[in-house]
Amino acid sequence: MAEQLKIKSEAEEFQKEYFLRNSQAEENRQRENQAAIRIQSWFRACKVRAYLSHLHKKAIIIQKIWRGFTARARFRQMVKIQRRWRGFFLRKYIHNFYARKSYLEELSRKNELVRRELDELEELQRRERNCLEMIKEQTAKVYQAHRLHHLLSTKQCPGVFNSPFRPAPHETELLLRQVKYHAPTRLAPRGKACLLGMPDSAASFPSSLGSPWIKTTGTFCFSKPILPPIVSKKQQGLFREPGEVWEQRVHCPDLTLHLQTSYTHLEEAQNQLRQHKGTGSMFHHPSHSSNSFTQPA
Amino acid sequence: MSQRQIIQVFEQYQKARMQFVQTIADLATRPQNIEILQNAGVMSMLRPLMLDVVPSIQQTAALALGRLAEHSDDLAEAVVKEDILPQLVNSLASQNRFYKKAAAFVLRAVAKHSPELSQAVVACGGVDALVLCLEEFDPGVKEAAAWALGYIARHNAPLSQSIVDAGAVPLLVLCLREPEMALKRIAASTLSDISKHTPELAQTVVDTGAIAHLAQMILNPDAKLKRQVFSALSQISKHSVSLAEMVIEAEIFPAAVACLRDPDEYVRKNVTTLMREVVKHTPELSKVIVNCGGMAAVIDYLGDCHGNLRLPGIMMLGYVAAHSENLAMAVILSKGVPQLALCLSEEPEHHIKAATAWSIGQIGHHTPEHAKAVATANLLPKLLQLYMDASSSEDLQLKSKKALKSILQKCTYLPALEPLLYDAPSNILKHVACQFSKVLPHDSKARRLFVTSGGLKKVQEIEAEPGSPLQEYINAINSCFPEEIVRYYSPGYSEVLLERLETYQPA
Repeated sequence: MAEQLKIKSEAEEFQKEYFLRNSQAEENRQRENQAAIRIQSWFRACKVRAYLSHLHKKAIIIQKIWRGFTARARFRQMVKIQRRWRGFFLRKYIHNFYARKSYLEELSRKNELVRRELDELEELQRRERNCLEMIKEQTAKVYQAHRLHHLLSTKQCPGVFNSPFRPAPHETELLLRQVKYHAPTRLAPRGKACLLGMPDSAASFPSSLGSPWIKTTGTFCFSKPILPPIVSKKQQGLFREPGEVWEQRVHCPDLTLHLQTSYTHLEEAQNQLRQHKGTGSMFHHPSHSSNSFTQPA
Repeated sequence: MSQRQIIQVFEQYQKARMQFVQTIADLATRPQNIEILQNAGVMSMLRPLMLDVVPSIQQTAALALGRLAEHSDDLAEAVVKEDILPQLVNSLASQNRFYKKAAAFVLRAVAKHSPELSQAVVACGGVDALVLCLEEFDPGVKEAAAWALGYIARHNAPLSQSIVDAGAVPLLVLCLREPEMALKRIAASTLSDISKHTPELAQTVVDTGAIAHLAQMILNPDAKLKRQVFSALSQISKHSVSLAEMVIEAEIFPAAVACLRDPDEYVRKNVTTLMREVVKHTPELSKVIVNCGGMAAVIDYLGDCHGNLRLPGIMMLGYVAAHSENLAMAVILSKGVPQLALCLSEEPEHHIKAATAWSIGQIGHHTPEHAKAVATANLLPKLLQLYMDASSSEDLQLKSKKALKSILQKCTYLPALEPLLYDAPSNILKHVACQFSKVLPHDSKARRLFVTSGGLKKVQEIEAEPGSPLQEYINAINSCFPEEIVRYYSPGYSEVLLERLETYQPA
């Protein structure tokens, strides 16, 4: 009996337990269902996300490769363009072949021109110098001829340059014949008293300061321009020919009775003459009177 | 004693002094008398006479002193030691113009020997006194003062600086404008001496407007003046680009080319020096000179002169060609290379040869065209010979080696390269073989010529360490030809064939 009671109570407990557990399960079913649904949905979400991210990654890789490819292709296109542009630009402007060629041709022409012009210039200058030298030589010869004028040959006596054994006279002889004689002029001495203020070559400065310059201290003379000799034969003033006056002094004026003069005309005339000679002759005839006495008859 | 007799004593003494001083001055013109005079103690006798009462004795004494000092170093030092310089400088301010000339002459004679003596002149106030003399009216005094300043400035930069500080440069530029030729010459020469030391001094000279005045005197008929003017312009323009540009802006250039045919050789040399100093700075400046035909004129000038006079012209060609290949081609077209070849063979001096070798290297190293132009003038064997010659100076050897290497690296003209295979040392041979190995693979006619002229044979005979660049080039050359030919020309091939003959058993 006790066992029956125990079994009954156990059965009742069991039923109660069963009922309790069922009711609890019933209560929790909703919650657990929801929880299970949540977990499952979360899991599914994770799966989908993983799948999506996997897809994203692959898509990115593909896009990356594609973009790189197109960019490189564009890059190659751009490089092609830039290459062609740079070649064009350099060939046209910087390393322009035709410009260089024409420059070099122009340069050779210019060189030719310059060489020709310089040759002409040199020729011209040389001729000028030769000309000047010849003129100098000629003037030196003429000067020598002036100095040697006394060696001119006369009719009676042939000169030094006209030796009878020569077939023709020497050129100096011809020059002597052409040269007209004039009295020798004293030339200013060259290297001596004149170079104080005007040294004409710097190197000669110390040598020109020799003892001669000391003597001319105080006279600052430049080289004098040589004036032509005075060639006028006429005497200045109211002079008469020398012969006239002499005759007048020697021969008296002829006295005739035709003259209407006073008795004492001769004495008066002589007095007047003496007065004029005393006062006026100082001014009018200074050297003339001495000349007239020193001239030979 | 009456008054007249007493005065007569004084007059006799004065005459005696005058005669003494004049005779000494005359004797001092001959070099052989100087020693005797020095031993007789002439310095101590002249010194009191310089303080004499009579001006003409003072002047003649100063003149005699100047002549003595000019002849030798020791006498000039004696002048300095005996303290004659301070009294000269003092009297420079007060005396008449003849004394000033004589005193400036003494200062010049002392200063010309060495920098120390010039320093002594500067130290006793000589420069200020000379600058005062530059303000005088008399052209002779100005000339003497400018000459003395020129000799002082010649030695070194600090002395030139002291002259510039004393304010001499504007006065010298004024002297340039005077009508007397000798004064102009001396002023130009002094400006040249001042501006040659440093760029700052040259800038000071330029700032006073010297360039315009110098440029006006270029076509003056006097040759010595032209020498100094061109020398001054070249000393100014050598320092920097801006100074050279200023000289060019003065529009000297087409006119100065005419001076290259002047009868005086130093005028020509100085014009060429000016061109060289201008050209070495930039390609644009070189173009200015090349465009006005200066190159042709310089090349003709090189043909006319000899010796050291050629050096500026040669260097000018080198500088022009160094800037760019256009200009180098311009040099070649103006017939520069044959002229340089002539210079190389005619000149005995090593420094001129070295300069020529350098110029040739500058011309030939740009492109194969240029190298061909140099090679056809037969210059490569000459350069090689200069390099190999034991009697060449080191500088010459170095320059010819550099020139040869730089030309060889661009040379593709094979007939000129072949003679070099025979004599060249291994460092040159390497470049020659390199050029062959570049050209032969592409040109069949060249290959045929190479074989028939014996070049292949020579190449086989070259011994090179395996692995060295020379060996690689030789291998590259050998690979251009079929094996039988290479074996045929290899040395000792006939022995190999004979050996094969001996071991051959007829079947």
